[in-house]
Amino acid sequence: MSILSLTAVELAAKIKAKEVTVLQAVEEVISQIEAKEELYKCYVTIAKNRAIERAKQVQEQIDSGNLTGPLAGVPVAIKDNMCIKDMLTTCSSKILSNFIPTYSSEAVIKLEEAGAIIIGKTNMDEFAMGSTTETSAYGVTKNPRNPEHVPGGSSGGSAAAVAAEECFFALGSDTGGSIRQPASYCGVVGMKPTYGTVSRYGLIAYASSLDQIGPLAKDVTDCATILEVIASHDEKDSTSIKREDTDFTKALVNDVTGMKIGIPQDYFMKGLAPQVKEAILNAAKVLKDKGAIVEEFDLGLVEYAIPTYYTIAAAEVSSNLERFDGIKYGYRTNEFDGLHDMYKKTRSEGFGKEVKSRIMLGSFVLSSGYYDAYYLKALRTKALIKKAFDTAFEKYDVILGPVAPTTAPKLGSSLNDPMKMYLSDIYTISANLAGLPGITLPCGKDEKGLPIGLQLTGNCYQEKKIIQAAYTYEKARGKIEWDQHSEEV
Amino acid sequence: MAKQYETVIGLEVHVELATKTKIFCSCSTEFGGAPNSHTCPVCTGMPGSLPVLNKQVVEYAIAVGLATNCKITQYCKFDRKNYFYPDNAQNYQISQLYLPICRDGKIEIETSTGTKSIGIHEIHMEEDAGKLIHDEWENCSLVDYNRSGVPLIEIVSEPDMRSAEEVIAYLEKLRLIVQYLEASDCKLQEGSMRVDVNLSVREAGAEEYGTRTEMKNLNSFKAISRAIEGERARQIELIEEGKQVIQETRRWDDNKEQSFAMRSKEDAQDYRYFPEPDLVPIEISDEWLERIRANQPELRTEKLKRYKEEYDIPEYDAQIITGSKKLADLFEKTSAICQKPKKVSNWLMVETMRLLKENDMEPEDISFAPENLAKLIELAESGTINSTVAKEVFEEIFRNNIDPNQYVEEKGLKTVNDEGELRSTIEKIIAENPQSVEDYKNGKEKAIGFLVGQTMKAMKGKANPGLVNQILKELL
Repeated sequence: MSILSLTAVELAAKIKAKEVTVLQAVEEVISQIEAKEELYKCYVTIAKNRAIERAKQVQEQIDSGNLTGPLAGVPVAIKDNMCIKDMLTTCSSKILSNFIPTYSSEAVIKLEEAGAIIIGKTNMDEFAMGSTTETSAYGVTKNPRNPEHVPGGSSGGSAAAVAAEECFFALGSDTGGSIRQPASYCGVVGMKPTYGTVSRYGLIAYASSLDQIGPLAKDVTDCATILEVIASHDEKDSTSIKREDTDFTKALVNDVTGMKIGIPQDYFMKGLAPQVKEAILNAAKVLKDKGAIVEEFDLGLVEYAIPTYYTIAAAEVSSNLERFDGIKYGYRTNEFDGLHDMYKKTRSEGFGKEVKSRIMLGSFVLSSGYYDAYYLKALRTKALIKKAFDTAFEKYDVILGPVAPTTAPKLGSSLNDPMKMYLSDIYTISANLAGLPGITLPCGKDEKGLPIGLQLTGNCYQEKKIIQAAYTYEKARGKIEWDQHSEEV
Repeated sequence: MAKQYETVIGLEVHVELATKTKIFCSCSTEFGGAPNSHTCPVCTGMPGSLPVLNKQVVEYAIAVGLATNCKITQYCKFDRKNYFYPDNAQNYQISQLYLPICRDGKIEIETSTGTKSIGIHEIHMEEDAGKLIHDEWENCSLVDYNRSGVPLIEIVSEPDMRSAEEVIAYLEKLRLIVQYLEASDCKLQEGSMRVDVNLSVREAGAEEYGTRTEMKNLNSFKAISRAIEGERARQIELIEEGKQVIQETRRWDDNKEQSFAMRSKEDAQDYRYFPEPDLVPIEISDEWLERIRANQPELRTEKLKRYKEEYDIPEYDAQIITGSKKLADLFEKTSAICQKPKKVSNWLMVETMRLLKENDMEPEDISFAPENLAKLIELAESGTINSTVAKEVFEEIFRNNIDPNQYVEEKGLKTVNDEGELRSTIEKIIAENPQSVEDYKNGKEKAIGFLVGQTMKAMKGKANPGLVNQILKELL
């Protein structure tokens, strides 16, 4: 059996036991990338030489006993919106086509300190705006479970790389579901922690108040292990929270006896594909059989989540992306007549359509005369949504539901109908608006062999509850065999 | 009869705070480093960088707020002000709009017509921008981000001032408060204090305000006074001609004594302010506030009162000395060393003031140590040097902060008290000036002055003048 099918924790154990060397692991991953990349396009940048160099250093540290952690020597892929010193960081945008940071993201630093080996930067929707990884300036990522379909987004490259075994695990960022939805579409496990758990320093912001970094991995154990490594209180990020309870692997307990699980009825209305609905309800039954108390309830305000989210996220993005102006770094237009013409051309040429439309939307909702009607109202609605979850969590430990209304759509079908694409975020964005942790893991597949994801959402700082529920479900569910697809699409 | 007009003025004053590091990163705020040498990913707006608030900025802002009788907003926030310009690294400035740290204050000013209270609308914290340098030779613009992220407070007054005199009185008072708090050196010329004047005119007795303009680029109190007079006259002329005053921003050119329109309200940008999501709200606890209140230094009014009680110096001197934090500090330190406050006050009021004026300097520019002035006073009081020499030595102290003991020793400036040496010099002077001796003997008292002068000259100023007088009279 190839080592590529191992989980991150399993690989690290084999490296520790000297059954596999770090270099072997890196070389296996690189040859897998070389074999599969043309088809899947998971990466924007592949850092082969750096990875080989690092593999040697990490091996020495493992051998000398200085590195003993559960991720030591494991190859990882990083979403291309996280800065890595001396490595091209593009956010899958033309405007950052030549940007090489002089600093690394705090989450990346934590991973490297733990001995993980960075293999490259993964493709994404431009500046994390999109749900399909089709808005990238560097090509479209395909879903390894069925390459006629999208991998989801915006962390589509990270999810696909894990699914295609082009890395052992990956980091993504989640602003409205950008980890959980692609994880679900690609049949891997993805987790967004409570806002403030992982430092955002070095993460190129989409919507600062909603962005969180999290893991995409092969199973719940890996997810908990990775999150434990990257969670930190970082003084460089004012929104980072000091937590004592980040020993998430402690929650890898196969037991849900007495755990109260709520299923929002509002999630099962029109728009939800019957196969998805069936798979989710089956998963709920599995947990019930394992001893959980499962009931349906009315969450409320679900219909307001999407307009609230798109108003707040667009407002922040219109400001966050102002710094990309052609002055200091990044792309600058070739010919221009004065400063304002340079700004206009640089940004018109450097940003893609989806990014520009969200910048325009955001500029509008913040503009004088509309601020109260749109932005302020959205902030108030956000507070109400948080309150609805507070009420729900008085009663339940975990909220169970789908990740997306359907399985992964066909390539090219979403961008023609952006409203439909926006609406597909309905089950994931509330967690961002309320700052809640959420985990998604596969719970079945549809007739095309496309994965269906189960989402478990917890109250703020209650990652352990959702990890425990997810771990228990994963054990009960057993292994899902994914279809082998044709290489020629 | 010509119409009477009233001038209505409100000020926006930016003050650069004296923190060692910038408001949102740990870069140095020091002035004058090589371009872009005091920068990091945060203050150059690199992607993925995040701001972290420097607490000292909050403390200074609160201190200024308390000293200007403001209400402190104990739950306050930062907002983003969005506008594109190359000196603005992120293309937004982190400032405060919705919940500024201080509101509703006032300060009392004294003018020739009496005491008046000027309202302070708000004080908010914000970051400074970088600096653009236009290279005419290469036909390009360069940007230096050393100043980007230097902390500022903006103190916004109510439109309560009616004349240049009131404006200057308000600014002097404000500057003194900030200087006493050591929150800033407030130098207009170096830009650590920047004043924008909002001015309108209306017919005396009118209830509605006229259309206002905002005047920028005012680098001295004199320029501010001239700009106010100029703008008042310009607006009145427009109104008299039946024209409209346009709401606009104008730039004062102090050399031409004229202002020029920069941008009108029509071009005004929509700054699209919204709460800064990368920073958490600032919660100022009662304890924190009390600690700052308790640590407030003695301000001018209290100092003046204490001087009257503690030191035997004239009221006028106390007024002048406390009128500058620098002078007051120098006075107190020197007096503590030499225990002769009256003498210290004299040196500050007469010689120091003269030298400041001659050199076109402000008290803040004084660089000599109180120890050296104290030593000089000792030398003069003990008769080791005479008053003429003392003034000479003081000039050296003022210019080069020399040690007077060493200087007097090296240059041989000690007073000559040797009667024999004086007597022989005076005998020689008498012999050389028979006419003056004659005049004196004929009752011209003044002639002795000339002889004393000649003697001092011969003695290179070092003779004890009392002794010279005594010996002269005796010999004559």
